[in-house]
Amino acid sequence: MNLTKEEKQILCEVADIFEVPEGAYNFRINGKSVGRKSTANIDIQTKKKKSGLDIYIKANTKGETVHIPVAISVAGLKEAVYNDFYIGENADVTIVAGCGIYNCGEQDSVHNGIHRFYVEKKARVKYIEKHYGFGRGVGGKILNPTTEVYLEKGAEAELELEQIKGVDSTIRKTRAELKDDARIIVKERLMTHGRQIAKSVYEIELNGKNSVADLASRSIAQDCSNQLFKATIVGNNVCRGHSACDAILMDEAEVHAVPALNAKTKEAELIHEAAIGKIASSQLTKLMTLGLTPKEAESKIINGFLR
Amino acid sequence: MLELVNISFGGFNGRVKNKILDGISLKFERGSFTVITGSNGSGKSSLAEVIVGIKKASSGQIIFDKTDITDKTITDRAKEGIAFSFQQPVKFKGVTVYDLLNISNGALMSETEAGRYLKKVGLEPENYLFREVDEKLSGGELKRIEIASVLARNAKLIIFDEPEAGIDIWSFEKLTSIFKKLKAEGRTLIVISHQEKIFKIADEIIMLEGGKVTARGTFKKVLLAAGEATK
Repeated sequence: MNLTKEEKQILCEVADIFEVPEGAYNFRINGKSVGRKSTANIDIQTKKKKSGLDIYIKANTKGETVHIPVAISVAGLKEAVYNDFYIGENADVTIVAGCGIYNCGEQDSVHNGIHRFYVEKKARVKYIEKHYGFGRGVGGKILNPTTEVYLEKGAEAELELEQIKGVDSTIRKTRAELKDDARIIVKERLMTHGRQIAKSVYEIELNGKNSVADLASRSIAQDCSNQLFKATIVGNNVCRGHSACDAILMDEAEVHAVPALNAKTKEAELIHEAAIGKIASSQLTKLMTLGLTPKEAESKIINGFLR
Repeated sequence: MLELVNISFGGFNGRVKNKILDGISLKFERGSFTVITGSNGSGKSSLAEVIVGIKKASSGQIIFDKTDITDKTITDRAKEGIAFSFQQPVKFKGVTVYDLLNISNGALMSETEAGRYLKKVGLEPENYLFREVDEKLSGGELKRIEIASVLARNAKLIIFDEPEAGIDIWSFEKLTSIFKKLKAEGRTLIVISHQEKIFKIADEIIMLEGGKVTARGTFKKVLLAAGEATK
């Protein structure tokens, strides 16, 4: 693969890729697949009617990974990509996605990634998605991910969603439907700065008996950036749901948290927590008594919070 | 090693000027173990915070190791060798006990090395090293971690603000042995406390009332003075 310095940087930032990864992969660079590998258990196919991939993971596949990073280094490129994952019974796999945009031009670059996960009985998937932007152009770096997760009986999904730097605008939509004994864990980490805008909207439907959802979002809003966190958990059965939004506000930034619980049976146990505030002065003071400067203390608090 | 010269500190409580520390002058010798006590609101914690730099004295001078630190920041004072254990431990989301100990030590320690500081306060490293310093820990656990973080600084002067608050009897026994060891290492200790057991192992006691030193001396001498005062 012939990659530019910027494209290599993106792959490194969004998927920790320094060389061709083990397992199945598909590298999408500027709207084209530039490298792909299927394995005996994981089959990656190009969609016939629209842009994107169908990824089939055989039942009982254990410990394998799929890397499907996306890099955009051309200003003005706008794309919508549909990736569907079919995860067979009893499989246990890790999927590393993520998208980065390098924009040094005047036109906006946009990636709309729509990922759907069909997770069969007792299968488990860990999904890691990082978003990243850089480049000095005035054109926007815009990423709008949509994630849909359908969990069959006893299936589990763990989603790690991270956007730490450089994305001007993002609208993240995450939707999940859980059957009996299914479980979803979502960890979102978000940092916005400058005039960036980030919206995260979650809708989780606990349809099955003993289904469980745990959604934890931690974010930092700096400068004049603006964030919206909206999480709805619907309890339709004997189930447990928990959502937590912790946000640190800095400078002139704004954070809006709208947690919603919708219990449709008395057997549903749903909890939400939301806390928004500046860095506590007691935290800064404590770290300063340990020898850190105020800047170093702030940085330690932010890095720890977003870990 | 530490000299406070005519230290005053105060603000306004409504319209009334409220002098929390009123012309305090004290000397603390290297390797000494001093307890500061007094009733609530007597100025004990404020005095500690003025020494550490969290509060700025309205007048007076602070000399530490022959250097005037009156105008130095909290960070600079920490780097000079002053450590402070908070009465109310601070919680951090995302910062682990290991992180905190490393920050405190100023260098990346091995897990074994960092674990030694936890063992000193009676915590098993394998159960605590990678836990976050947050509300999932009990008050007593947080207090012990707070003390461990201060020990990891290996400071010349260590100030403890009510270290006994919120810890159980077993930990309290551990605490007194920590003080004895620190003193044996030649560190200077200032402990704000109400506990007789700590008074008994200290070299001297300072009694504060209304922001002023009302008695200073051995446990017996100060106890006697306190008794006379209440007659």
